[in-house]
Amino acid sequence: MIAKKRFAVPFIIWIIAGTVIPLASIAYYGFTSRSGGFTFANITAMFQHDHMQALGLSLLLALISTVICLVLAFPMAMVLRGSKYGKQGFLIFVIILPMWMNFLLRTMAWQVLLERQGVINSILVAMGLPRQEMMNTPGAIVLGMVYDFLPFMILPIYNTVSKIDNHLIEASYDLGASRVKTFTSVVLPLSVPGIVSGVTMVFIPALTTFVISNMLGGGKINLIGNIIEQEFTVNSNWYLGSGLSLVMMVFIIASMLLLQKFDKTGGENLI
Amino acid sequence: MSELIRLESIVKSFDDTVVLNGINLSVAENEFVTLLGPSGCGKTTTLRIIGGFERPDEGRVFFDGKDITNMPANQRPVNTVFQNYALFPHMTVGENIAFSMRVRNKPESYIKDKIKYALKLVNLDGFDGRRIDQLSGGQQQRIAMARAIVNEPRVLLLDEPLGALDLKLRQEMQYELVRLKKELGITFLYITHDQEEALTMSDKVVVMNEGYIQQEGTPEQIYDEPVNAFVADFIGDSNILPGQMTDEKLVRINGVDYPCIDGTEQGFPPGRLVDVVIRPEDIDILPYGQGQFNGTIISKLFIGVHYEMLVQSEDGNIEWLLQNYDQHDVGEKIGMKVDPENIQIMHKPKSEAESARELDL
Repeated sequence: MIAKKRFAVPFIIWIIAGTVIPLASIAYYGFTSRSGGFTFANITAMFQHDHMQALGLSLLLALISTVICLVLAFPMAMVLRGSKYGKQGFLIFVIILPMWMNFLLRTMAWQVLLERQGVINSILVAMGLPRQEMMNTPGAIVLGMVYDFLPFMILPIYNTVSKIDNHLIEASYDLGASRVKTFTSVVLPLSVPGIVSGVTMVFIPALTTFVISNMLGGGKINLIGNIIEQEFTVNSNWYLGSGLSLVMMVFIIASMLLLQKFDKTGGENLI
Repeated sequence: MSELIRLESIVKSFDDTVVLNGINLSVAENEFVTLLGPSGCGKTTTLRIIGGFERPDEGRVFFDGKDITNMPANQRPVNTVFQNYALFPHMTVGENIAFSMRVRNKPESYIKDKIKYALKLVNLDGFDGRRIDQLSGGQQQRIAMARAIVNEPRVLLLDEPLGALDLKLRQEMQYELVRLKKELGITFLYITHDQEEALTMSDKVVVMNEGYIQQEGTPEQIYDEPVNAFVADFIGDSNILPGQMTDEKLVRINGVDYPCIDGTEQGFPPGRLVDVVIRPEDIDILPYGQGQFNGTIISKLFIGVHYEMLVQSEDGNIEWLLQNYDQHDVGEKIGMKVDPENIQIMHKPKSEAESARELDL
């Protein structure tokens, strides 16, 4: 036992340095005022109008992106499940391929496409259609989120649906169920663990992103991630930034607990 | 008994591999039919075609006189007990059993009664609230049966349902299945590679190999009168020897002539090269020199009820497998004889490739 515990030491050091200390500092700053005294002001600052607006917009855009990812990913995962072994490997390769490129570059590529003078507008103009304002809209941000996070939805769902025993689906047909009924009563419930991890892996980064909203929102659309980032970088107000971060953490933990309610199969709990 | 299922020249291939090679099969109402064969013989594919999970490349499937070849699985009046049971892991035992009835929108009171009835039938009273992963293999097997029968199918298809159980449980379940079959009064189409299972439970056994039906008949017919070396070898222990008809109802094996009961009338005229099957329990042991042929016991095994011995013929050409209740010592010289009715003459396959195929008799 002692020998085995020794192997965990590097990881424990890593966790202390990378998680425990930063968390403790954020908690410290979050409850400390600029003058150094204890305060709840940084926490309650979330209820200020512009912060609430940013939070609401963040939740909304993250939710929309997650739903779009889910709707796109599930059929894709089912297609992957049904395809032959060699083809399956190729398709997964294609899905992962964009992830080989830098995340910033990929998002920047969308700037080029969506700009007023960008590729899509050039095509529209060439076809005699009016120029569209696509940059700096919530739509552009959702597009960026879906584009960046879709693989994180497909892979866990594919991982789960590929493990569903084909005999279960056949048994469902055998017992008289239609295709729709088989999907809703057998395939979908058995996919819940994959859906839960997919949703978690898309919703949380989408909720807290500030890079995508910076690049595709042009600084005009403020998500809660942008506000926190600005407190740390522009305003150098670590106290307020930490306080808002703590509130976000509560939101994230709450959403994960909520998701786990759906995952009745138990097993891989995220918290 | 009227015919319930008929397969007409079913051909099925997967990626250029021919799995079924023109299967014709008839299953009568209320019959217990077993498809028996080694893995890869096509028995599971045959069952899946009847269940509606595979479409045949050629041929038709008839159910009660109606062509159901293109009918989807969820509309067929048959239910399957899968080899791995395929119970829905996210549902309780009760929900599993209720599945087919809920699909058909039966009233909940009816469903409740039916679950109770089915659980009683498989001796698992009060299990409806259990989770599937709380059940043992044998219990899962019973629940799979219960789930398949509440729908009142006219035919139950069973794909090696006892394959995953240990020997003792398997023997118990064999009796269970026969009892269930009697109580339900429905047709069973059963798949197994276990010849003992096939012989003990079935009304009719269909021996398959390499996508062909080798022989069809009652368990007694299959055991006592195998039509070819494959069937003889697959069903029980046997001595399969090359021989030649030397006269009317006389066959020569390893230089000794034995009277038998097959002759020209059965298609074995004098001069014909044949295969001969002699079951090990049909060889009688006599004092040395008093039988039809002599040999030396070279090994002996006690296997419960009887002894199993290997006996080498005096010229060393043949090793006979014998089963006998009496004990004889290794090294002992004995005489042996076989009664004419225990010598089963079979056609020789015309070529090596044909050896496993159906023979036109």
